[in-house]
Amino acid sequence: MSMSGQTAGKSEDAMHGVLKEGMETVREKVRACMQCGTCTSSCASSQAMDATPRELWRMTQLGLKDDIFASKTFWLCSSCYNCTLRCPRGLPLTETIAALKRIALREGRFRDKRSPMFYRAFMETVRRYGRVREMELMARYFFSLGNPLVPIGFAGLGARLFVKGKLSIKLPDARPEGKLDAIYKKAREMEADS
Amino acid sequence: MKYIYYPGCSLEGSAMEYDASTRSVLETLGAELVELEDWTCCGASASESQSLLLSLALPARNLALAERDGAGVDVLAPCSACYLNLKRVEENTRKDEGLLNRVNTVLSEDGLTYGRQTKTRHLLDVLANDFGAERIAEATTNRLSGFSVVPYYGCQCLRPFTVFDDPERPHTMEPLIEALGAEVFGWSMGGKCCGAGLMTTKKELGLELVGQLLLAAQGADCIATVCPMCQMNLEIHQRTASHMMGRDLRISVLYLPQLMGIAFGLPEDRIDLKRNFAAGPRFREKCAATAGR
Repeated sequence: MSMSGQTAGKSEDAMHGVLKEGMETVREKVRACMQCGTCTSSCASSQAMDATPRELWRMTQLGLKDDIFASKTFWLCSSCYNCTLRCPRGLPLTETIAALKRIALREGRFRDKRSPMFYRAFMETVRRYGRVREMELMARYFFSLGNPLVPIGFAGLGARLFVKGKLSIKLPDARPEGKLDAIYKKAREMEADS
Repeated sequence: MKYIYYPGCSLEGSAMEYDASTRSVLETLGAELVELEDWTCCGASASESQSLLLSLALPARNLALAERDGAGVDVLAPCSACYLNLKRVEENTRKDEGLLNRVNTVLSEDGLTYGRQTKTRHLLDVLANDFGAERIAEATTNRLSGFSVVPYYGCQCLRPFTVFDDPERPHTMEPLIEALGAEVFGWSMGGKCCGAGLMTTKKELGLELVGQLLLAAQGADCIATVCPMCQMNLEIHQRTASHMMGRDLRISVLYLPQLMGIAFGLPEDRIDLKRNFAAGPRFREKCAATAGR
């Protein structure tokens, strides 16, 4: 695992307060998994995963935290909800994936920065303006990745959207306060206290 | 029929033509849309990865506004991701007072309260069940005879909450397509995932999923969609997907209300067809011929 996967640990936990949602909560969600594999055979992305969804639930039951977060499986979920729909035990599997993403983000346990940085850029744009501003979202995302090759890969797409009049060019707002500050702040406080 | 309209962020940007065509077609059918004042983002799929409470409070803020301004009026969401997030608040707070209280504690910061009185509806549900094939057939002036249309539903209007269609074998769009005079292209991939946001963060995988859909749709005149993410994924990556699969995968892709607008004889700017990335010349010629009949 790379540095970014290990840096956070306890200091991040302390910073966010003691969160109720940890691996125990996640484990509870899939406790009744009987390893039938319906999730894996229903998954749109399973062919690209290093561990199948079924294997991920088993690792969760066994508490193999390092193996879980070394795997890229849950980052490849596209939230199609087929596994949730079909699970014969009725387990909230897509929700469980989201819970794993939250823990990974909180603890800095990820190798590939793309999804985490995209989520963060998205939420930051929404906090500031209340709505998504696509140009600023992508600018924040690219900046957070710090890799000049990534924006080049998106340049063509951006140009095509622009030509169709689908990208509004608004300068970033200089004010530090955002439209949804109060809601964000309260939600974070409450989650830290729970 | 009156609705509180929640366009969502995509319909202000990359899916402007979905907004224009939805408004035009519903107006033609006699619906009244009142846009929700001061609406904010539903959180899409990004909020859930950061904060469970925020992922519910963001959509709940909009439902609270809807209750305040239009009690008893259904909330209409054309975007499937918005629809799911709004619906999730309704479903998850229904039997969970504790959760409702937590959400409301957050909303009180904005002077709002959610009282579980809303009913969020997807555009496809409204078209099929409030208006229906018969009304749509009546409004059709340019029958799309000889058109073969692929019904594509995607995921989040079907799952995890099964409200108006069979999530395994969706069929809601079929009578609507037939009401326009077109034929339904037979396939079994209507509810298969387009890869959604993976196209941004894991492009190789996104392209593979899109490629499979485009391949299965070959032979039809166009694909009809009801979600901004599906539409964009299917229309904008056709060249790359064709290279990857070694086959010409080009096909026209339109939002369902755009297709309806063509059949209703609406002028092109009312359905904003100029903003589509994949409304090919052959498709346009065929439309023009239809209008001339």
